[in-house]
Amino acid sequence: MTRAPSPGQTVGPFFHFALPYHGDRALVAPGTPGAVLLHGVVYDGAGAPVPDALVEVWQADPDGAVVQRPGSLRRDGFTFTGFGRCATDPAGRYSFSTLPPGGVDGGLPFFAIAVLARGLLHRLLTRAYLPLPPGVTDPVLTSAGDRAATLVCIADDEGLRFDIRLQGDRETVFLTTPGD
Amino acid sequence: MAEHVTGTDPQTALETQRVISGEMSAIAERYAGGELQPRRDYPPYRSSMLRHPTKALQQVDPEGVELWSPCFGERDVAPLEADLTIQRAGEPIGERMTVTGRVLDGDGRPVRRQLVEVWQANAGGRYIHQRDQHPAPLDPHFTGTGRCLTDDDGRYEFTTIKPGPYPWRNHHNAWRPAHIHFSVFGTDFTQRLVTQMYFPGDPLFALDPIYQSILDPAARERLVASYDHDLTRHEWATGYRWDIVLTGPRRIPLTSDTEETS
Repeated sequence: MTRAPSPGQTVGPFFHFALPYHGDRALVAPGTPGAVLLHGVVYDGAGAPVPDALVEVWQADPDGAVVQRPGSLRRDGFTFTGFGRCATDPAGRYSFSTLPPGGVDGGLPFFAIAVLARGLLHRLLTRAYLPLPPGVTDPVLTSAGDRAATLVCIADDEGLRFDIRLQGDRETVFLTTPGD
Repeated sequence: MAEHVTGTDPQTALETQRVISGEMSAIAERYAGGELQPRRDYPPYRSSMLRHPTKALQQVDPEGVELWSPCFGERDVAPLEADLTIQRAGEPIGERMTVTGRVLDGDGRPVRRQLVEVWQANAGGRYIHQRDQHPAPLDPHFTGTGRCLTDDDGRYEFTTIKPGPYPWRNHHNAWRPAHIHFSVFGTDFTQRLVTQMYFPGDPLFALDPIYQSILDPAARERLVASYDHDLTRHEWATGYRWDIVLTGPRRIPLTSDTEETS
């Protein structure tokens, strides 16, 4: 029997004592060979950083395998689980120490991202694709047209930068799926 | 047509409840039906104004890692984390209660062995968070956070204290209905849900822009737990039941899948 979904509600301002946990943003220990920093700033429609957002990442391992291993909440420093969580800091910044994902089933590699924040009434989903070799694209990026760049990480000195703009000129492309 | 009202409270310079209620009524009058989720663009909740996308979300079929969810296990969550009344040295103040229900997908199938996280205010409506400056007492015996894994039936269960309503500064004399925050994962990452569970008959429902951002009355009701006397335990705790239904089954056939021979 089909059942109607429970609606979402904002994560509110008081999630910090509940959702973050020790090691939440370290999918791999910083300094692990091959590790990258996935980082960025969450901005609101006025271009101001959002200091009370929560960003989650869910990704394949570097070989493109989707692992199903427990241990995300109690990291042992060795087990790659593919899940991370990071509350933004007072400057709106989040960061993850992780490994670059491989493509799954021949698709382009990307981090699946969920964004929650005070003031955001229902979570947003997006993708952070790894920087693309010239000429490479996929149907989702093509459909995004001139906004496709908002879905792609930029390689910088620190690692991979992926800013999230909730609103405005360079608003991030957010995704919805059938039945959502 | 709802009357357009303006006005601020002379003491706090915040807008009055009449202003917010007027805006909520005007939006509700124009609601045409069929919206199962809250509007992210809901101006009566002032903090939403700069924090919602203004462009349409892009429709995609989930692919790759999105067709899976992170896996959590006994290693991640200890059974005692589901009891919010035993985290400190003594008993917290308030109405002890059991909250239980099932996490289901849109086809009614249980979401098994998956993580459920909760957080809430104490009985006096105060969060143990430095940003909460509501002058209600903190309870030294209550943290207000819990976790559990659903069982093979998709069932979760928490023992906690009934949270109080609390004031916030969306407008003058704004009070949130009592609620427990829930964070839930499904079998697909695209089913990720963070929401709030409310209590039946709360007089603050009609006044609260977060609750009213869900325009569909039946959809709003889906966030309200029901009191269950069979769950209530003699001289111990009251019982509330609330099922959480996540969006969709794994894949919904597209119209193009079924219209090939017309």
